[in-house]
Amino acid sequence: MMTMRDAFGQTLIELAKERDDFVVLDGDVAGGTGTHIFREAFPDRFIQCGIAEQNMMSVAAGLSTTGVIPIVACYAVFASMRAIEQARNSIAYPAFNVKIAASHLGVDVGPDGATHQAIEDIAIYRAIPNFKVISPADPVELAKALPVVLDMKGPVYLRTGRSPLPSFMDESQDFKMGKAVLLREGRDATIIAVGVMVHRALKAAEILEKENILCSVINMSTIKPLDSAAIIEAAKKTGAIVTAEDHNIIGGLGGAIAECLAGHCPVPLERVGIRDTFAE
Amino acid sequence: MIDQNICKFSKLAKELRKHIISMNCYAGSGHPGGSLSSVEIVTYLFSKEINFSPDNKDDINRDRFVLSKGHACLVLYAALAWKGFFSTEEFKKLRHIGGMLQGHPDRLKTPGVEFNSGSLGQGFSFALGCALGAKRKKLGFRTYALLGDGELNEGQIWEGMMFGAHYHLDNLVAIVDYNKYQSDDLNTNVTALEPLIDKFKAFGWYAMEIDGHDFREIGNALDRAKKIKGKPSIILAHTIKGRGISFMENNPKWHGSLAPQGDERECAFKECGCEGLEL
Repeated sequence: MMTMRDAFGQTLIELAKERDDFVVLDGDVAGGTGTHIFREAFPDRFIQCGIAEQNMMSVAAGLSTTGVIPIVACYAVFASMRAIEQARNSIAYPAFNVKIAASHLGVDVGPDGATHQAIEDIAIYRAIPNFKVISPADPVELAKALPVVLDMKGPVYLRTGRSPLPSFMDESQDFKMGKAVLLREGRDATIIAVGVMVHRALKAAEILEKENILCSVINMSTIKPLDSAAIIEAAKKTGAIVTAEDHNIIGGLGGAIAECLAGHCPVPLERVGIRDTFAE
Repeated sequence: MIDQNICKFSKLAKELRKHIISMNCYAGSGHPGGSLSSVEIVTYLFSKEINFSPDNKDDINRDRFVLSKGHACLVLYAALAWKGFFSTEEFKKLRHIGGMLQGHPDRLKTPGVEFNSGSLGQGFSFALGCALGAKRKKLGFRTYALLGDGELNEGQIWEGMMFGAHYHLDNLVAIVDYNKYQSDDLNTNVTALEPLIDKFKAFGWYAMEIDGHDFREIGNALDRAKKIKGKPSIILAHTIKGRGISFMENNPKWHGSLAPQGDERECAFKECGCEGLEL
């Protein structure tokens, strides 16, 4: 078990040993986002911006014109709401090569409470042109995804996380942006999950198997661009879809999949997530 | 500064004003007031100060000019056309679908535009990022950000003021086009800004106050900024909103977005020297 933020910090360190083309920007939450260990290892590549997220986003855009890739590490509530207009107008619209890495997602945040539980960030970022939205399911996938994110030109919103997660993704499989990962095959329904809900979806499928309900499980770690082909194939094969996310059921993974199914292959859909309420 | 230079600057300023009015009238909308107040500042920067032209536009070491008050893009477009980034024919398609010149600057559509400014405060922070990047990589270029006075209402500006001083960004100059009017009214009637110079100094910047229509004062302030080490510079440039077109001067109506019609259009054409312009 390892927290996604620790995995993020450690992956940054490993990558920094191999490549000198990125820097990390922090808004005085390095301990929270896992970048504190990167700061210790590579102090010259760590830029403290203070508790001033709006300035940090636009500074990142400017930095990106000087031959570095800025990674803005931030809590998701601030990345997706407080400074969202800067992310849109300073980064997405001009299409600068800036990566935003957000921790503190959904109720996974725990007892810090609803002010810090971002339950809207997927909905917000996926509605902005030019942003790609990625949410790895475990430390293995996060470590595989980060270099792909850095190699790809343009704005990316990468979700990390806060709580410990088991590692279960295949170490030998490369991360492919925009490709869903089929983790288990069934015949009766498909659970499409994202982030911390993927390992829970696998557990749910095991429980359901005891009741002779056989479920496919898909890890939809890229929410945008959405792997429509994989969704349609699953809908056709199993005839029913369940989505699972630590996010409001409005506008997030469930919303994205509902849009896809409504347009291409309408089948019964159940969205599991936060039911349009603030949590605690 | 020799008088020959002043003469050259004045001539270019006149040309930029003419283009601002013609673009404004071609489009039928836009922001003439804050474009006209910035003319001398932009004239000086583009003809004397900044190392930026179509020849080095993709060079990582080019000087950066960031029009943080993006609504004043008429003056930027006029200067970029003069520099040869595009033809003045493009002026006719300003604010039109498919045109190269958008209602606010768009770096992907318009050659020479560094940043998609217009949402106030962001261009300033973007410029700080450029300056910090230059320091980190030991690139020698300088960064210039032109700010509006109304823009100083934005909290992001003061976040950036702290950031710029903290990182000792002496390779950056911010210039405030202090024309005293913002979108609706005088700054003092919106949320008062003064004492501005004291605020800039208290935030750790080297602050200067000049007449923003006087080329000698603009030049002297920019020269002095180059000699200041360890802190960023900011120039509070007193200007007149709508400068050069009599009925637009000090009238917040001409902030925008609109263009003169009828007698006012004729008057504006006459005063900026583009009589007979066909729209």
